[in-house]
Amino acid sequence: MSELAIDRDIDRSKMTVSDEVAIEISNMNKWYGSFHVLRDINLTVNRGERIVIAGPSGSGKSTLIRCINRLEEHQSGKIVVDGTELTSDLKNIDKIRSEVGMCFQHFNLFPHLTILENCTLAPIWVRKVPKKEAEATAMHFLEKVKIPDQAHKYPGQLSGGQQQRVAIARSLCMKPRIMLFDEPTSALDPEMIKEVLDTMIELAEEGMTMLCVTHEMGFARQVANRVIFMDQGQIVEQNEPEEFFNNPKSERTKLFLSQILGH
Amino acid sequence: MSDISFVRTEMLPQQAPPATSVGVIGWMRANLFSGWLNSVLSVVSGAFILYVVWFLLSWTLSPTWAAASLNECREILAGHEGACWGVIRDRWVQLLFGFYPSELYWRPILTFVLLFVALAPVLFSEKVPAKLIYFSAAFPFIMPWMLWGGTIWGPLTAAAGFVIGYVVFKAVDRAVGSLAGIIAGVAASLVWWLLLAGPVSGTLGDVLNIGLTPVESRYFGGMMLSITIGVVAIACSLPIGIVLALGRRSDLLIVKSLCVGFIEFIRGVPLITLLFVASTLLNIFMPPGTNFDIIMRVIIMATLFASAYMAEVIRGGLAALPKGQYEGADSLGLDYWQSQRLVIMPQALKISIPGIVSTFIGLFKDTTLVSVIGLLDPLGLSNAIRADAAWNGVVWELYGFIAFLFFVFCFSMSRYSMYLERKLRTDHH
Repeated sequence: MSELAIDRDIDRSKMTVSDEVAIEISNMNKWYGSFHVLRDINLTVNRGERIVIAGPSGSGKSTLIRCINRLEEHQSGKIVVDGTELTSDLKNIDKIRSEVGMCFQHFNLFPHLTILENCTLAPIWVRKVPKKEAEATAMHFLEKVKIPDQAHKYPGQLSGGQQQRVAIARSLCMKPRIMLFDEPTSALDPEMIKEVLDTMIELAEEGMTMLCVTHEMGFARQVANRVIFMDQGQIVEQNEPEEFFNNPKSERTKLFLSQILGH
Repeated sequence: MSDISFVRTEMLPQQAPPATSVGVIGWMRANLFSGWLNSVLSVVSGAFILYVVWFLLSWTLSPTWAAASLNECREILAGHEGACWGVIRDRWVQLLFGFYPSELYWRPILTFVLLFVALAPVLFSEKVPAKLIYFSAAFPFIMPWMLWGGTIWGPLTAAAGFVIGYVVFKAVDRAVGSLAGIIAGVAASLVWWLLLAGPVSGTLGDVLNIGLTPVESRYFGGMMLSITIGVVAIACSLPIGIVLALGRRSDLLIVKSLCVGFIEFIRGVPLITLLFVASTLLNIFMPPGTNFDIIMRVIIMATLFASAYMAEVIRGGLAALPKGQYEGADSLGLDYWQSQRLVIMPQALKISIPGIVSTFIGLFKDTTLVSVIGLLDPLGLSNAIRADAAWNGVVWELYGFIAFLFFVFCFSMSRYSMYLERKLRTDHH
């Protein structure tokens, strides 16, 4: 839980937040069995926002972003993504999933496919892009995450940091309008965290709408335009990063920050 | 105070390992003679193995090939221990083909050769032309025609059932929806097969009678029968097993209950029971006059039996996959069937290869149980051969020969599975 310094200048020219709403969550509740994991969540995300969700483990932050592409089902309330409401309608779910990219803590690359095949699978089968074109797109994004030379290897032959960058490239190949990150650096060595964060910063610089569950407070401070603090399934506090870190309002936030930011 | 400061100025290059730890000498030191107790054990077990091999060889290498009866063998051996190979010379053709008409032996032989041609694109997809897969698709219709004979219209009308089903599925799928399409397609195929295919092929046969001499099932026997039952049951049990495994993990209550019920029922009943049902009970339930081929009935039972086990093996593979693989596929927008086909199944099947091949091997060996219901598989034939006065009393040679034939097939399957596992490894290598 360190604060990794981000030692580069961030190009903020395209990091603008528009008025257009990307995600709207209202009065959303979710239970696991009888356990109330998410309680009355209200959250509006505008296009171009970079939101970091922080909080202690078990606070429901992963569950929250997993509800946005229906990896978890919510039981009440409303989630609208890009104008499409998430219901049990499978067509809507697949449509939203193809427009919302997601990166996981454990990458979830497909180990039986090469890096290139990992990146072209969904464009070919979901978007029906011709194979040649999908491969060209994949190589473009692999170059962006700086591992084009690994395209014909298998995920098991890459380091953790490289795998996570492939996972980001794989999501980008679907040309998503929103990216979700579920603790993308939590399973990585410190040396590799930086390369993944750099990739995420580049993505932010291009104006991507991002929701990140992460413990990287350096990233939150410099890249996010809003930090959300969750505890016990509720949004406890949200603010601009500057205010959030320097002037937290709730006692719970203060305690959390004092613990993760060290002494 | 000691100086604990240390800085390496140059990195060490790689060096070769010491000579005593590599090569033949290294291997023997590590595996056979790594201590005095191990050395003694190695020598003693080596001597024992030599003794057994010597005994087997002296039994096997006996000059009885030409003998025409067990008594002749005894005369040739003159009191020595030795095998009586005359029985194999006399009856090997029967052990391979049963009572299949000898002038038609070319048909099962050609079918057997074509079987490998048809399997090649499935087993060694990267080494043969991709177009060959069309032959693999046609083979299920060629095989029964070659073995049983009859007019060419039988297999053609059977194949037409699939075409009709597909066309109906496509049409209804476009008009109504995919579930209705599947139901309509299956229904159309069933109507064709059960009601129309027979008369149509009969009429066509009257008009243009092209075909092979028909051979009835009761002439089938020997390895040919075992291979026919084994190959068809193996080929059908894998896809059925996959569907059952998916059904068992389904969220749909009825689908799930049906699959669980089927799997548990079949697994709870001995194969012999199913074979008896196939041989006797089914005829009672059939409308009088229908003649449902006994080999076909046995194949269906063996397939159902193997697919229940297959389903559980594959379910094991599915359960071993991390949840993240499902989520990875879901998060990219792949639908259920796409993610099963492209992401989940390739990995689950790879994990299950040892179990799948074990089931295959078990199924192939279980085909010998058909001797219980009177089919003349190699074991059934061996009883018939020993009933012959000339060979009454021959046991080891017959069973040894049959065991050898089965071993060749089962061992090949096992080696192939190991080759496949190596080929599909995608981690560090």
